[in-house]
Amino acid sequence: MDILIYGTVNSIVFAMIAVGFTLVYGVSRIPNFAHGSIYVLVGFLTWSFINDFKLNYALSIIISLIIASVVGLIIYRFILIRLRGLPTSEIIASFAVSLIILEGLRMQGIAGFKGFIGPFYVLRPFVEGKISVFGVFVDYQRLIIMGGGLIVLTLIWLFTHHTKTGLSLRAIAQDEQAAMMLGVNSDRTAMISLSIGSALAGLAAVMILPLGNIAAEQGYRVLVYALAVCIIGGLGSWAGTILASFVLGFSMITSTALFGALWENVVLVGAIILILLIKPSGLMGKQKELEERV
Amino acid sequence: MGFLAMPRLLLILGFLIIPLTLDMYWQRVLCTAGIYALLALSFDFLAEYVGLVCLGGAMFIGFGGYISGVLNAYFEWSPLFTIPIATLGGAVMSTLVLIPCLRLRGIYFAIVSFMLPLFSVYIIIALGLFGSTEGISALDTFPNIWAEQYLVIGAIIVALFALRRLVNEDIGLIFRAIKDNDQAVRASGISITAYRIKAVFIAALIGCFAGAYLSHLYGWLGLSLFAMDFSILPIAATVMGGMGTLVGPVLGALILTPMSEALRGFGQLRVVLYCLVLIGFILYKPEGFMNYLERKYHQFERWEKV
Repeated sequence: MDILIYGTVNSIVFAMIAVGFTLVYGVSRIPNFAHGSIYVLVGFLTWSFINDFKLNYALSIIISLIIASVVGLIIYRFILIRLRGLPTSEIIASFAVSLIILEGLRMQGIAGFKGFIGPFYVLRPFVEGKISVFGVFVDYQRLIIMGGGLIVLTLIWLFTHHTKTGLSLRAIAQDEQAAMMLGVNSDRTAMISLSIGSALAGLAAVMILPLGNIAAEQGYRVLVYALAVCIIGGLGSWAGTILASFVLGFSMITSTALFGALWENVVLVGAIILILLIKPSGLMGKQKELEERV
Repeated sequence: MGFLAMPRLLLILGFLIIPLTLDMYWQRVLCTAGIYALLALSFDFLAEYVGLVCLGGAMFIGFGGYISGVLNAYFEWSPLFTIPIATLGGAVMSTLVLIPCLRLRGIYFAIVSFMLPLFSVYIIIALGLFGSTEGISALDTFPNIWAEQYLVIGAIIVALFALRRLVNEDIGLIFRAIKDNDQAVRASGISITAYRIKAVFIAALIGCFAGAYLSHLYGWLGLSLFAMDFSILPIAATVMGGMGTLVGPVLGALILTPMSEALRGFGQLRVVLYCLVLIGFILYKPEGFMNYLERKYHQFERWEKV
């Protein structure tokens, strides 16, 4: 029961981290290496709004999410748009942006904020306390992650399948030339996808970060998790992302319960290498299978 | 004749003379710059001649450094043996862990090579290997500063000219063809994966040598061998010097490292600085200055006696 509940929570955490990355990659084919850094950036901003500007919790979350999506927009509009179609430069540039944000935050010198003092930056959980579910103690924050995560995933699914913008995102992902002939603006769509992806990274941050403390290293960790989920599920594949996050979430919790915490990273690497050896395009990456294999 | 030989001789002579003109402190900086130059060379070779973007130069440094350091500390072998062994062994190890993603095209290589240094750190901490977070100190160092400098300078010159020769040989043609059109290479009956493995091995040799050299240079090894600096500064140097020129990255590293040394007071902000340089060059001057210089040099008028 322990494993079942914590595994589900962990899987939804993975799915929320990875969903923004896969949205961006699926649409614009840009591996957004800045994903993890935006996650940490939103954590820091929310903390700073609460503690430095004394705003209330919900308001500071909303403001930092808006800032995150604007950051995503700026990254695309001023940097990546000049590099479309140059995969090497795209990777290097987005990696550099990610390092700028993360290492800048590590120095805690991002302009204007005097906060960020003290050893730990901790966000308060939305609701304090624990509850017993089937004899296992779970804190409310984990239940909120579970519920909120499911709602977000459903909303994203509805958005990409039933709104005009969402449909145009999928159109660009499937066949850019045809979509452009039908009047979908490729650059605009990619910009939207990057800003939604960044906002999703931020949303994951504000929900997950109350479980631990905020640190710059988490940016790398989150990026690694997002990449791992995407490789295992198939890059840019929607159902694959969800499936892979459940596979990873449960296998990591199980290995932690059986062998101890230090094995969870070994499991992660093992899963990636296994998938690359057996089914290189990922669990559900049918559509792009031929394109990706040499 | 002089037109072709001059730039090359200038480079070699320059390299041989630089150490004589510097004082003690900057001689040490030159050694560090040499390490970054070697890494930049291997990055440039992989990215521009084979089409594999490697974001994990730190992995080569880490593997090379740990192997030579551990051999030196636990078995007390002299650096004379540990450096060659670490170069070969580290290259074999790096190639083995990268093989799974070589069968795919696209960003898989970038992703996996980015993850591996981070995972190596997690695993070393988790299992408490090789001194864990504190590392191992008091390794053998080189006999004097001149040996340090000329070893790395010799390695740069050898690696540089060997790579230049390599990319113009038959095998280099295949590498470049894999970058440009892998399906055409496959249609010619050549295994892409086999050639990519060879290319990664060559690049890893250079990187692991740099790592082994580094651990003996400071007489110390630790988790900072896997630091992000070793991944990002070579990339910045490559983009700045001109991708695909091989000599550009070396010069870029020789410019960037002293710059970052001068800004030592800023600590981690230096990484931000490299990234800004990187983005600036990649957006506004994507050819880098070596391509520019080369074009200008070829525009000089010169008369040959026939």
